Parts: sequence; C-alpha cells; structure tokens
Amino acid sequence: MTTFPIAPILASLRRHRMTTALLILQVSFTCAIVANIAAMTTKRVDQMHPTSGLREDGLLVIGSTSTRKSGFLQQARTDIEALRTVPGVASATAVDALPMNNDSWTNGVRTASMTDDEASKHEASMFTGFPGVIETLGLDLVAGRDFVASEYTPTRIAEGYIGTNQASAVIVSEALARDLWPGAQALGQVLYVSTRPLRVVGVVRQLLAPVLQGSQKDAMTLLLPLMPDNGNLSYAIRARPGQAESVLALARARLEAVDSERVIPHARTYRELRQDYFRRDVTMIGLLVAAALGLLFVTALGIGGLASFWVQQRYRQIGIRRAIGATRAQIRLHFQLENALIVGAGVVVGSLLAVGFNVLLMHFYEVDALPLGWLPATALALWMLGQLSVYSAAFRASHVPPVVAIRSA
Amino acid sequence: MLGYYVRLAAKNLRQHIGLSLLLVGAIGLGIGASMTMITVLHVMSGDPLPSRSARLFVPALDPTPPPTGHPVHGHPEDAFTWPDARALLAAARATRQAAMAGGRVLVRNGASERTVKAAFEQARYVTPDFFPLFAVPMRSGRALEAADMDRHARVAVIDAVLSRRLFDTEDGVGHRLRVDDTDFDVVGIVDGWNPEPRFYEGIASRNLFGEADKVFVPLSTAMDLDMDESFMSCFGEQSPDRVARKDSPDCSWLQMWVELPDAAAVRAYGDFLAGYQRDQRTHGRFPRNIPPRLYSMPAWLDHAHLAPNDLSLQLWLAVCFLGVCLLNIVALLTAKFLRRSGEISVRRALGARERDIFAQYIVEALLIGVGGAVLGLLVTEFGLWSVRQRPDDYANLAHLDAAMLAATVALAIGSALLAALLPAWRACKVAPALQLKSL
Repeated sequence: MTTFPIAPILASLRRHRMTTALLILQVSFTCAIVANIAAMTTKRVDQMHPTSGLREDGLLVIGSTSTRKSGFLQQARTDIEALRTVPGVASATAVDALPMNNDSWTNGVRTASMTDDEASKHEASMFTGFPGVIETLGLDLVAGRDFVASEYTPTRIAEGYIGTNQASAVIVSEALARDLWPGAQALGQVLYVSTRPLRVVGVVRQLLAPVLQGSQKDAMTLLLPLMPDNGNLSYAIRARPGQAESVLALARARLEAVDSERVIPHARTYRELRQDYFRRDVTMIGLLVAAALGLLFVTALGIGGLASFWVQQRYRQIGIRRAIGATRAQIRLHFQLENALIVGAGVVVGSLLAVGFNVLLMHFYEVDALPLGWLPATALALWMLGQLSVYSAAFRASHVPPVVAIRSA
Repeated sequence: MLGYYVRLAAKNLRQHIGLSLLLVGAIGLGIGASMTMITVLHVMSGDPLPSRSARLFVPALDPTPPPTGHPVHGHPEDAFTWPDARALLAAARATRQAAMAGGRVLVRNGASERTVKAAFEQARYVTPDFFPLFAVPMRSGRALEAADMDRHARVAVIDAVLSRRLFDTEDGVGHRLRVDDTDFDVVGIVDGWNPEPRFYEGIASRNLFGEADKVFVPLSTAMDLDMDESFMSCFGEQSPDRVARKDSPDCSWLQMWVELPDAAAVRAYGDFLAGYQRDQRTHGRFPRNIPPRLYSMPAWLDHAHLAPNDLSLQLWLAVCFLGVCLLNIVALLTAKFLRRSGEISVRRALGARERDIFAQYIVEALLIGVGGAVLGLLVTEFGLWSVRQRPDDYANLAHLDAAMLAATVALAIGSALLAALLPAWRACKVAPALQLKSL
C-alpha cells in the first residue's frame, strides 16, 4: 500500500493550525532571505576576481612619500637605481598608480574624428611611470612596442599636469582600443587626452583601473610615458622567483637608507594590495554567509524540534495506527510527508516573498535583480533540509511499539 | 506566588533542557546579531558636540552652472568657495562664524636638540571663531585669534599627543614646529579634542570618523603656503595654478559653520543668505538660482549620509534574522505549552484561573529571555570585536555603551515575552473538561 496518506496529515495539521502557520511563515522568511543572500554573495564573489593584467607572482609594491620640496625626479631615479642593485630584484620602476590601489586618475579620451558629444562618452583611467613599467608589472604587450627612452617626459604635476601636453606616445589596453576604434587596428592611431595628439605605439591585453566600478570602464586604461614628479610614488619591484619575501624587506631597507626622512605608508606584495582592496567585500561576504547559515540552522532546529514534539504528543495515536496495521514505513512516511507539505508551502510563499524583498533591496540599495534561477534552487535546498531535520523524529515515530495503544497514557 | 511560578518554570525548562537551550540560543543569536549592528549605527549617529550642536548651522549656497555633461568631482554645493566664505565672514550676521578646510601635512619638530621622524598628520586650517564656536578645550596657551588671521601669522595650535611626540612634553607652547617646509610657533595646546563624527570635515572626504586633527593653523596662512586640502571641486573655467583655484569663485573647498541662538536668528540668517545670493546674481553668479539652505546639525549629519549602505544592509539582515528566530520561538513555545494541555487542565480543575496559567507561562518566557540576554550580550561583544577588526574609519568606535547594554537586555527579554504572548494565551484558553477526559 503505497498511496500517500495526505488526508490524515491534513487532518492533523488542521488541529495545529497556528503552529503550522508559524512554521510555514518561518520557512518562507528563511527561503526569501537566503535566496537574496545567495544572489548577493555570488555577485560579490564574482566581482572579487578580476584579471589585473599584471603578472602578480613576485610583484612587490612599496609606497613612498618624499618629505622634500623639489628634486623629485632625480630622487626617483636614484631610488630606482638603488632598488635594481638589491639582491633578488629582477627589475624595478616607479609608477603613480596600480590596478586596484585606489589612486585613480581618469580623463576623457577622444579620437580626431569624434564630435564633442561622442567624446564625452569615452573615459579612461590613466597610468604613468618611469621606464620599465611593462617589464616590471609583467604586462602582456599584444601589439607594438614599449616606450623608448626619448619618449619619456616629466608629468610636471606642480604645474597642473602640463606634461600631458608634451607626451607624444601612448599604450592602450585592448578594451580601450576596441572602444575607440571598433573593428580597426589600434596601432598607429591617434588619440587625445588634452590638446596634443598621442600616437598609439603599443596595445596591452589587459590593465585594470585603480578603482573598479564593476563596469566595462574598469578595463579602459592607457599608459603614458610621463614620469610622476610630486614625490608621491609607488615603487614596483619584480623579485626573482621564490625571493619575494626577502626582497621586500631588503628593498624597503634600501629605500630608507637612500633617504631616511621619507615616509613609507606601505610595503607589501601585490597580492596583499589586492586583498586589501577587497577587504570590505570579504567582510560582507562573511557576514552574508554567516547570516544565511544561521537562518538555515535555526530553521532546521525549529523543524526538528517541533517534529519531535509532535511525535511525543501523538505517541499513543501512532501506537494505535501501528496496532491496526500501519507499517513502520507508513508512519515514517506520514511525518516526512507532513514536513514536505509544510516546508513545500513555506518555500512557495517564500519564493514570492523573495521577489518582494528583492524589489525593496533594489529600491534602497545597489542590488541587482534576483536571478530567478535562485528561487527553485533555494526552495529545493530548503525542502531537502526540512526532510533531513525531520528524519530523526520520523525515525523515532516509526519505532513506537503498537502495544502503547492498549496502555493508558 | 511568583516564587512558585519561577520554581515551576525552572523545573519545566530543565525537563526539556535541549529545547530550552534551543530557545535561549535562538534569542541570543538573533539579539546578538541585531544589537551588534544597532550599536554600530548608534555610535555613528551620536551627537558629536552635545553642548553646542543645537546652536550650530551650516549655510549652503549652490554656485554651480547648469550641467554641461562634463563630470564635476564630488558635490561643490556641499562646500564653499573662498569669495563666498569671505563675504559671509565679513558680514558677520551670526553670533559666530567660521570657515575651515583640512588636509594632511608633513610635521616635524623645528630646530631642536632632537630630531623626530617626519610624519603626516591631519591638519585643520581655520578662521579664529572656530575655537569658541565649537568650544574647543584648550589645555594651555591660547587659541588662534583674529590678529593671527589678519597677519597671516606662522602660528599653530597643536594636539597634546602630538606635542608629546615632538617635544617630549604635553605643554609644547613656545616650541617650533615645522609643517611641510615652514616653521610655525606653537601658541596653544588642544586637550585631546576629537568629536565623533568629525562633523566639520567636508562630506566628500569620507573621513569623518578617522584620525583626529593634530594641527590647527590660520586659514590665511595655509592659503599662502598652499597646504594640502582634502577636498576641492571646481566647476567653471579652471586655472592650472593651484593657489589661484583656492581664490576662485568656481572652486568649492571650504566648510562654513555659524552659531545662531534661536529660531528668529535662524530665520534672519536665511533671509541674509537669500539676499546675498540675489545680490551676487546681479554679478552673474549663481546662474541656477537654487535657494540657499541652512542645515541644523542633525540635518547636516543626515545629509552627510555617514553610514555606508553596507552597514544598514547588515542591520536589516540582522533584524530579519532576529525576526525568523522569534517566529521559530513562537512555534516552539506553542507546541511546548500546548503539549502540557493535560497539566494545565488539572491545574484549572483544581482552581487556577486563566490568568494564573498565563502568568505561569510568561514567567517561563521571562527566564528564557534572561538566558537569551546573557547569550545576546556575549554575541554582541563578539560581533563588535569583529567590527573593530574592519579597515573602515568607524571601526574603532564600535563599543558597547551603557545605553546599548540596557537595550540588549531589554530587547532580549522583550522579544521573549512578545514571542510567548500568543502561545501563553492559547495555553490558558485550553478547555479543561475536554482534556481531562482524554487523560
């Protein structure tokens, strides 16, 4: 006899209308919140693994702020020379910014043929640095060449960045090249960030912006042969394989030896820099996951606790059913089905509620629309969790001996 | 009678120790998560200057042109241009008024027997009213005065902690301080003043909970020396010369605060601002003619939107978690109480009134609430500890104060009672005769 005994289950649930309703409500809230948390978490996790375009292994970054008032260019050159002689250093240079270091400098870019209206839509993050950026950062040059020595010129930051009007060459990221010249060869083209034309001499596969917005713009970057000259620099150092840790300490000591007055705000591997950039996201993901697990845990305990209470309460009835011929399997099925009905109702209501929560979240926070695939996934997971949490109670119920039917309570 | 209820409740709880722990755990976790986030938001929205804040106001003028499609950095309308600030200071229509800006400067001890490694410190460039306006406590020496501003004097007021670091004494008055490349005479020492949030910091700097200001110099001197400013937003034709930008009517970078003693003064000042803007419009400024505003301290902090979205999202998450925990408790208590229908019926039959039964179960819920409060406090302390490990500027504020401690206990017990209301009511409505028959 394998028909599902729905009718007696419904009858018994009707006798516990309030408890049943409460449990359905709890399951539906859990379902709604967990579905939204799952969607938010996966989005944040996705955002945390962008390709920087750098060869991150063995790349070290030391920040340095000069306490002098002038002579920054010469100081940087001296520093770079000193760093190159540190044992274990393969190459070294100085840059104004790095992918994900929060030091953003963006500017409108345009090609000669663009109207003002078109030009206002194109924007790129700009990187500058001393010779050796491509080599030290390990950028993948897919076309053209690196800058030659004669192309470098000071940024002249103190004079309002007028160096940008003196540069003549530029290296662009593939994404920016596609954005500016869709379908055409970027190499040899001309673009403007100020008045002077800049010829594209090279294209790198990827170079991510210092500040990420989670849009196409993150990859639209360019590199100028400008040497930052305000005493505020990041020294990028490529260590030989396996020597990163020792090189970091040595390089820092060397910089302090060259100029003991300077302020070094940080000295770290590029991987650490990257982790710092995402620390808030890691915290938030941790909290979201903890909240989801907490909810599932409490709900599972609630389901299990209630089920075992009901089993104790109906001890005698179970005995009677067993005495008049119900098998153990049927008793277990009764409790599992009862749970399936309650949780099933909960997840149906919960799915609707999830969409409602999502609409609220989208209204008040920067949250994306809930991918609908999460609804059946969460519902199924919760439904299985329900079955799991009711199992021990159902098992105990199925072992109630028929003889209790004739004993008095 | 109460003693009897408590004994009975304790016995009942012990009898189902697993379930009792489950109930206490659910309340404790829910309360702990919620109170952690409530505490963080509570400390972030505190009144930074309780003695003065009712009299402090922020005027706001919007000199920006209609949008040109060219991106403007930050919100220039939340700051002041120097020409406007100068005009408001000169008009002196408020009891007190001050303009200020801040930035990071390199600080060393000036010519002295021992050299201290240079370090960047938070500096504030202020007009003289800054000190009385905010009632800045002076430890020794004097505050900056009008004469310092007029003479563009190279004088500074510094924080006692910085004084100790630089000069080995907390009273560094008379010592020389080198800021960037210029020597300043220390004329006064501030006694650890750090209102939280640092409300007078420009909104755009997003650094209102960070490091305290360590150095105060006259605004005129700072402009002469082109000291670093944490925020500047230009919206017109821009000069490449940084110093010229600070004088420009098209670059906002200053904060203005005024003291207005009563509602009449507030109205009068509003009229004055409107008049000022009307007058300036005859010179072609304020092209959009957006009405001037006057923010009170709470309105300004609200406008500053200090709590990041992530935080309030975390609060909602915590509250939802508490909600589900409570639903769970209501369901479990209903089952638990009704399971004792037989026992209830016997007591009813022996003469207990409905409200005796009700009281009995409420006492039981109370005990659960007390347990939940204890666990909740532990969870809250742990949660706040984990918040303090965050890299954000507000992290070091995350401590439980007396009010939040009381709130935790109250919320835990209140939640337990609320959750017990329905089950207890159901329990006391049990029909004794029916139950007794089936016993």
